[in-house]
Amino acid sequence: MAEVIAGKKACTVNPLKMSAPIGAALAFLGMERALPLLHGSQGCTAFGLVLFVRHFRETIPLQTTAMSEVTTILGGLENVEQALLNIKKRADPALIGVCSTGITEAKGDDVAGFLKLIRDKHPELEGTEVVFAPTPDFVGGFSDGWARAVTAMIDALVPRTKVRTPWQVNILAGCHLTPGDVEEIRETVEAFGLRPIILPDLSGSLDGHIPETFLPHTLGGTRLEDVREMGSSALTIAIGEQMRPAAELLEKKTGVPLRVFDRLTGLAACDAFIALLADLSECEVPAKYRRQRSQLQDAMLDGHFYFGEQKVAIAAEPDLLFTLSHFFADMGATVTCAVAPQEAPVLARVASETVRIGDLGDFEQHAGGCDLLVTHSHGRQAAARLGIPFWRAGLPTFDRLGVAHKVSVGYRGTRDLVFEVGNVFMEQLHAHEQHITPSALHSAPPVDAPAGAGH
Amino acid sequence: MSALKQRIDSLLVEPGCATNHAKSDKARKEGCKKPLTPGAAAGGCAFDGAKIALQPVVDVAHLVHGPIACEGNSWDSRHVYSSGPQTYRTGFTTDMAEFDVIYGGEKRLYRAIKEIIEKVDPPAIFVYQTCLPAMIGDDVEGVCKAASERFGKPVIPVNAPGFAGSKNLGNKLGGEALLDHVVGTIEPDYTTDCDINLIGEYNVVGEFWQVKPLFDELGIRVLATFCGDARYRDIASSHRAKAAIMLCSQALINIARKMHERYDIPYFEGSFYGIADMSDCLRKISKLLVERGAPADLPARTEALIAREEARAWAKLERYKTRLKGKRVLLFTGGVKSWSVVSALQEVGMEIVGTSMRKSTQNDRAKVTEIMGTDAHMFDELPPREMYRMLKESKADVMLSGGRSQFVALKAKTPWVEINQERHHALAGYEGIVNLVAEIDKALYNPIWAQVREPAPWDIEEIELRGSAHHG
Repeated sequence: MAEVIAGKKACTVNPLKMSAPIGAALAFLGMERALPLLHGSQGCTAFGLVLFVRHFRETIPLQTTAMSEVTTILGGLENVEQALLNIKKRADPALIGVCSTGITEAKGDDVAGFLKLIRDKHPELEGTEVVFAPTPDFVGGFSDGWARAVTAMIDALVPRTKVRTPWQVNILAGCHLTPGDVEEIRETVEAFGLRPIILPDLSGSLDGHIPETFLPHTLGGTRLEDVREMGSSALTIAIGEQMRPAAELLEKKTGVPLRVFDRLTGLAACDAFIALLADLSECEVPAKYRRQRSQLQDAMLDGHFYFGEQKVAIAAEPDLLFTLSHFFADMGATVTCAVAPQEAPVLARVASETVRIGDLGDFEQHAGGCDLLVTHSHGRQAAARLGIPFWRAGLPTFDRLGVAHKVSVGYRGTRDLVFEVGNVFMEQLHAHEQHITPSALHSAPPVDAPAGAGH
Repeated sequence: MSALKQRIDSLLVEPGCATNHAKSDKARKEGCKKPLTPGAAAGGCAFDGAKIALQPVVDVAHLVHGPIACEGNSWDSRHVYSSGPQTYRTGFTTDMAEFDVIYGGEKRLYRAIKEIIEKVDPPAIFVYQTCLPAMIGDDVEGVCKAASERFGKPVIPVNAPGFAGSKNLGNKLGGEALLDHVVGTIEPDYTTDCDINLIGEYNVVGEFWQVKPLFDELGIRVLATFCGDARYRDIASSHRAKAAIMLCSQALINIARKMHERYDIPYFEGSFYGIADMSDCLRKISKLLVERGAPADLPARTEALIAREEARAWAKLERYKTRLKGKRVLLFTGGVKSWSVVSALQEVGMEIVGTSMRKSTQNDRAKVTEIMGTDAHMFDELPPREMYRMLKESKADVMLSGGRSQFVALKAKTPWVEINQERHHALAGYEGIVNLVAEIDKALYNPIWAQVREPAPWDIEEIELRGSAHHG
């Protein structure tokens, strides 16, 4: 059990946190033919857009109700109405995901009420679902927004049903999973002859592919017709504690039982997942996964030399922090500094003595003396100052290629993670070895540039 | 009417702006307010603009008073360089929570200022107002005043909440904060007859360092840059400059005009992008300085420098002329002045198939028309879908634009070069135009284009089958 320490500072220094509305927007971006709409001033959208473009290296469809000072005070009904009509006319998406922001929530805009009025007034919106996720900027953070959007979609789109399809499984994917992770999960579930419905599915929309034509909305992602069938699945598998409320709502609505996997990284976690799929499908575990399990065991044997007793500092969204902390603990390393951007129930179970709710300023302050820093790209300044090797994890990662395709779930993903991080430790070992020569013992060792740190 | 509203209205009828001059009296009074279209808008807000303009002041702590979205989603994303202090790269924000929204965020803001002074002790703190605290009525100016008095340090309110308007308006509101609270508050240690200010130069990826040696060689001292690689002290003592150059179109025109009025610092509009423009800038500033008392031999020395630098740049560009001749460019930018880049690219034989004029003035339009011989290829807006179509239909060989449309070009399998303020290449000065042309050459001649455009073997068969079916 980790002790969770709340921050006391008035001033956040080098933010780790990102806002809830863009977390919700990203969840909507995992839907097919979708266009998220932030109900706020246009900067709210522009910042989120740039952030996602830099991370995914993709065009990102994201719109704004473009609130001004006056419309904020008078209420945003007209702006929401105009935005929906303009989007319908220009993009004709299957889904518009409306996310509120700080100003429109503080003002008290009743967006759900607005949407009813607008729907009644404009039959031309027929054929486009509009789902609202309330996401004030001043409550929670990125993963909370993501969870809100998924819950809102289940609430709005999944009908009550008594039908059961025994081979169909719901997968609720947390925001800490990459498109590559989602793809890996889908393939694994399908290998057991099961049909997964994944919500949201970034592997279809933000996996870096080249569409044949330009589209003003997402291409790929969860289809609405599949969401509507989620009520008839045999089981809901939620990945990440952030997905628990959405899974519970689905159970309440449709009776589909749920199973939460707090992580899918690590031997034991993968075993539990594969065993569950074997149970559900009443299939033998395919030879492929037996082989991969053996490869992971071998990777752990080869890698443990480099992880043992290493001290690691991690700053990440709650579920990612949980996953990575246990990954390091499983390999014999110790997480001596853990920082989360906002509160979450899962933080109490992070594999570290304490978890600070804080920023990268706190991270930098408490990570001194560690062997490895783990956080998103904004950690680069701290890494350069501390001179500690830096391994990037989480969103945004804007100074590395291929982040959408990184896989760290399943036997194979965990195996590769052991190698990737193990190599960072190994490089340091070699860097130090070079200095332990008789001549170096007598002269001052050169200052070593931190591996992976820099601009 | 609120003070902010009055301020915005005055900026929207900016007398120094050429676009405003060209308008009728009635149109001018209405100002240049462009209402944003909900559901069809793009671009940053006023806060974004203010931050872009001021964050290059490198020794100052930039504190954003607002919920996490404003700083958390956007910090550490611009490549403006510092030759010394790194304080400006630290993201400071009050990260307002529900409690602050209910009870007001002023106390948190005051405590945040105190924490920064205790921990970082910068020469000044810039406090950025955002939408949420503006809406709930946080008196940022009052808090800054109280903090300044209590801590004996300039705490400067930057009143540009996002919902006040566009990024461009925000640039100007940022400029107003400097005019109101910073400029003229410190006397320079010494002055010379060749002290100038550069207004609207941000030192993106350190590109000003390609221009600075030219000024140094001529004995022209840059007293203050607004605000690239600037120190608080530079800006505060900038009122003693003899002349100024206004760069980056008209983002900070209000600073140029008001410093002319208040401190008698004449200015002209120039650009460091393109050979002809760079030379023009050097000529004009030396002439202006001589009028203001600089040594009479300055223009002659300037001409000698120009001749040498131009010859050097042309020699470097020579090797690209045969490689780039006739290559078609789609130029889509607001920040870097279209016409100066247009003329530079034509200098190496490239053909401009289109250029955006989104943030350009009537003067700019006239210049582009003059350079290109027609106004047929000017776009006010080019929606991504249209841009994609042009590129997909091979109407251009290369696109130059900002990062936001990068992936429109790449998805159309078209070479792309980044030219706006997030770019990674230093494009200013004589060196800069060589860099730009080299970047275009590098993009165009990369061997990937032929590979990625080639259809898959099974698709070729399908195309051929379809072809023969048509003929049969």
